[in-house]
Amino acid sequence: MDQFLQTLMGALAIGSLYALIALGYTMVYGILKFINFAHSDVVVLGAWGSLVFARWAERTAGWSQTPWYLGGVVLIAAMVLCGTVGFLVERLAYKPLRRAPRINVLITAIGVSLFLQNTGQLEAVFGTRPASIPRLVGDRTIAQIGLVKIEMLDVVGLFTALSFMLGLDWLVFRTKIGRAMRAVSFNPQTAGLMGVPVDRVISFTFVLGSMLAATGGFLWALKYSQVNQPADTGWTLLGLKAFVAAVVGGIGNVRGAMLGGLAIGLLEQFGSAYLSSSLSDVYVFSLLIVVLLFRPSGILGSTAVEKV
Amino acid sequence: MLEIRDLVVSYGAVRALHGVSLRVERGEIVTLIGCNGAGKSTTLRAVSGMVRPASGTIEFEGRSIARMKPHEIVRLGMAHCPEGRGIFANMTVEENLRLGAFTRDDAEGIAADHERALTLFPRLRERLRQSAGTLSGGEQQMLAIGRAILTRPRLLLLDEPSLGLAPQVVRTIFQIIREINAAGTTILLVEQNAHMALKVAHRAYVLEVGKIEMEGPAADLAASDEVRKAYLGVA
Repeated sequence: MDQFLQTLMGALAIGSLYALIALGYTMVYGILKFINFAHSDVVVLGAWGSLVFARWAERTAGWSQTPWYLGGVVLIAAMVLCGTVGFLVERLAYKPLRRAPRINVLITAIGVSLFLQNTGQLEAVFGTRPASIPRLVGDRTIAQIGLVKIEMLDVVGLFTALSFMLGLDWLVFRTKIGRAMRAVSFNPQTAGLMGVPVDRVISFTFVLGSMLAATGGFLWALKYSQVNQPADTGWTLLGLKAFVAAVVGGIGNVRGAMLGGLAIGLLEQFGSAYLSSSLSDVYVFSLLIVVLLFRPSGILGSTAVEKV
Repeated sequence: MLEIRDLVVSYGAVRALHGVSLRVERGEIVTLIGCNGAGKSTTLRAVSGMVRPASGTIEFEGRSIARMKPHEIVRLGMAHCPEGRGIFANMTVEENLRLGAFTRDDAEGIAADHERALTLFPRLRERLRQSAGTLSGGEQQMLAIGRAILTRPRLLLLDEPSLGLAPQVVRTIFQIIREINAAGTTILLVEQNAHMALKVAHRAYVLEVGKIEMEGPAADLAASDEVRKAYLGVA
């Protein structure tokens, strides 16, 4: 029972992280129909941006104790940074290719990914050594069930991730801009005929996805406190798993990405806890294979039928 | 209201329009008839900004719109119901209608036009919460026109509203096109169903392989031998 609860907590924490990142993949795919390979590098930027901001704030302010609101301020700073970079990447790299074959965009995305990684590795930027982020959330146990300790950090992380997901869901399904996003995703040309400024909606989507990536990177950094160098393979793996989550849930489907992220988190953590922890990546990619074999459009994905 | 002069449009190396000129006056229904591939849809697509003309001018209410984007043209008061209806099948009927009002923020005016669209098409009222993808072809066409009304256009471009519909439904649609026009909206109608189009229109143009071949009052064209042979199937 204790092990179950412990695993469940871990699974929800990591699953909600996957979900946050998967949302960025799925939103961009939904609207432009290509996989933004540079997305995981925006997550890295979120983690490193948080680290640099937090360190800078601590150094300049010289607090004896970290104020409770610093975490929030750092998160917002990271979101602004990643949102700006996401906007620029779309504008400079992808927008000029709007009418080009999709393969060109895909290759460009790989190029952007390499560019971001290598820029991050520059000594003047983040360098090639790992670093640790200051403690932004109090190291406290807020409840204990049996032997299982519920840590403040996990609760704050889970709460942040879930509230952002609910917020996004509300935005996409209940607001005017969300309706415009869904319209562009379904058919950009007709969306334009409704008066929807298609290019601006695409920019907005990139900014939004990058802000969620920033949140993912921020929470990842808090959770593990050590942040690996920008080109570390661990980041690639994190991005890949989030991408798998998006595909499993149904690529292009916002609710699917959230569901897929949680599913991947549960599978990975419970597989590690009860079967073998050395196979944790295997479970994730096996699920991908199974979904692609039996339900290629993903759990919530659907295939459109045109009526005449 | 709409004045097109020497419009040339190419898709890559293929020239679709070779200098089309036509004019639509306020309050008219003008129809553009012709065979498949004559360039009817291309003409509408150029007017609403979906394709950029290679040369020629397009003026809407005295303003040049040939270089504008579709969403800017909608704001000027022109709506385009595209070929194939362009329904958002991933949304409900209600959401489709609300997208029509995307450019507007006068809540009262939107509510009034919403009501007007549902009065014109009572079938839509029964299906507001239904996914638009589950509608029949005729209902989708009604939704496309209803949605266009919600942009409150002064000029409405209709691309093949009768395509693939049962004769009964076609009659209903054309009846409603007439009502919309009577209420003050100018209409440019592209049709393969020349018979119905010439009946409802005031003036007509005949387009053949990218060029206007004939023009005149719809009744005159409907009576001319050439049109009767080529488009009305009368020997």
